Amino acid sequence: MMDNKNLSKILIGIAGRWTLIFLALEIIFFSIFGTNYFSLKNLQNILLASTTVLLLATGETFVIITGGIDLSVGFMVGFSGVICAKVMVTLQAAGASQAVAISSGIIAALLLGLLPGLVNGLLVAKLRVPPFIATFGMLGIAYGFAEIICNNVPIMGLPTSVGSIGHGYLIYWLPGKVFAFLQKPENLTRLELQNLVPIIPNVTVITAIVIGIFAFILARTKFGQHTYAIGGSMDAAERAGINVKRHLIKVYMISSFFASLAGVTYVLRFITGRAPAGSARLLDAVVAVVIGGASLYGGTGTILGTVIGALIIGALETGLVNLGIPTYNLYIAVGCILIFAVLVDQFFPELVRKE
Amino acid sequence: MEPLLEVKNITKRFGGLTAVDNMDMEVFPGEVVGLLGDNGAGKSTLIKVISGVYHADAGTIFFEGKEVRIDNPMHALRIGIETLYQDLALAENLNVYANIFLGREKLKRFLGLINVLDHDYMLNESKKVLDRLEIEVPSLKNQIRTLSGGQRQAVAISRSIYWNAKFLIMDEPTAALGVAEQKNVLDLVKTLSSQGVPVIIISHQLHDVFSVATRLVIMRRGKKVAERITKDTTTDEIVGLIVGSLPGDYGDVNDGAKETAQVDKETGLVDEGQEGKQ
Repeated sequence: MMDNKNLSKILIGIAGRWTLIFLALEIIFFSIFGTNYFSLKNLQNILLASTTVLLLATGETFVIITGGIDLSVGFMVGFSGVICAKVMVTLQAAGASQAVAISSGIIAALLLGLLPGLVNGLLVAKLRVPPFIATFGMLGIAYGFAEIICNNVPIMGLPTSVGSIGHGYLIYWLPGKVFAFLQKPENLTRLELQNLVPIIPNVTVITAIVIGIFAFILARTKFGQHTYAIGGSMDAAERAGINVKRHLIKVYMISSFFASLAGVTYVLRFITGRAPAGSARLLDAVVAVVIGGASLYGGTGTILGTVIGALIIGALETGLVNLGIPTYNLYIAVGCILIFAVLVDQFFPELVRKE
Repeated sequence: MEPLLEVKNITKRFGGLTAVDNMDMEVFPGEVVGLLGDNGAGKSTLIKVISGVYHADAGTIFFEGKEVRIDNPMHALRIGIETLYQDLALAENLNVYANIFLGREKLKRFLGLINVLDHDYMLNESKKVLDRLEIEVPSLKNQIRTLSGGQRQAVAISRSIYWNAKFLIMDEPTAALGVAEQKNVLDLVKTLSSQGVPVIIISHQLHDVFSVATRLVIMRRGKKVAERITKDTTTDEIVGLIVGSLPGDYGDVNDGAKETAQVDKETGLVDEGQEGKQ
């Protein structure tokens, strides 16, 4: 006989891990019905395809834990992307070396990308504009500026090394022969090149490192603790002496930092800067956070959960492509997941708000 | 014995309205004082002056024998005056020890590089303070939302005691609690006073106040009308003093009833933040 308490404990345990189980089932499903789905190459493709969502969702997790939301992150990708590309192209035309042009572009994009977050934070924290409104406005502003910067056309003609970074891998392995880091081993025959196994895309390395750092910050530091406290009760946080306003500004800047980084990785991967790049990823990012166990009412959520949520979407998207199903079906699926998850949160809060 | 807290001739006006009128009060170490009065009598306003939310227009506050000027709630906390409102200001999504240390987290070095939360330290210290106050909660790792009202109250009190509150003001501590829980909280108040921490308790539940308070201060229309030693009085007398059917000790505050009636109404509005919840 199993008493009720044990049963509910088990149910909550499953609910706590259902995302992981779901991800595994998804991969098994597509591995069986797809072609070459379960291969190193395709699994790496899933990671690459999830880059934007992973980054946006990690930043969004901080905001959602405080009880807010950042709707500007989708268009922020395009905003920082065109800045990144524009600076690279301009400097290259002015005769700067590739290294200078590329690093300047990335730094400019990451720095200017903090601005929308600062403005969002000031609006939300100091002027008490609802996060939904402030960041919704910023969505339009970021997009408009992106189009101005790129003159309505995608920015092309970037330094050639951009592609070798964006399409490069951490490790190149020729089975039985050589290992090389970051660069393809030289002097290979055509056959050897064909057999070369690239392991872990550079972009995924960058993504993983940055997400890892922020996962640590959220889980282990005072900053993380205060983020949760603000989401739990802003009033309690304030009375405990936490500078809530400054904290919120930082949180919105973290979100826009991640969006800018997503813009930079977009430029690296696609060797172009486009204003609407990433705009459709807002929905995916918010859904990834919610699947990951965060409550849109604030106070809960983890980066690990969010990462699993993002991978669920990435694996689904890759799987649909693999099966030849049009990806617009993904939007329907993702939209349904969001509404479903929020309903669960509303009616069975104990499933989401576990300790 | 010297009083720990002494307020003298405190007056607080809102526009032309006098919410607290020339009020005197003192609290001695180890004492539980019940502050009583009807809605709008000025209790909450007086408390907010002491806890730094409002500035008095006139009068002085002495704390530990020295005159103090309390500029804001954080300042009050720093010198050891803690006010617990009904909402308790706990983060429900955090656990017990995280709440006790909220805003003052204990950190440790991680890999010699970065400061991280020292969970073990905070857990152990919290355990100590809860033990000292004879408080029982299921686990200090439980989120506040899983605790009962009385347990939350106890956590909030532990937090103030851990951070060296020398003086506690409790606004309606038993209002939202069940009967057994009320008793726990009142026992805790007694424990506090026996350990030398005086408490001012505001409550409409006369029975509660009678069971813990050693002394009662009754306010009406912003003024102190009477002071009684609990064991020398009855609830009937106190009710009479609260509603004004018995005259106060300091002359009749109903003089000029027309004017004060309006004041009373208005102060009722001013006080609504606290008293309107009941």
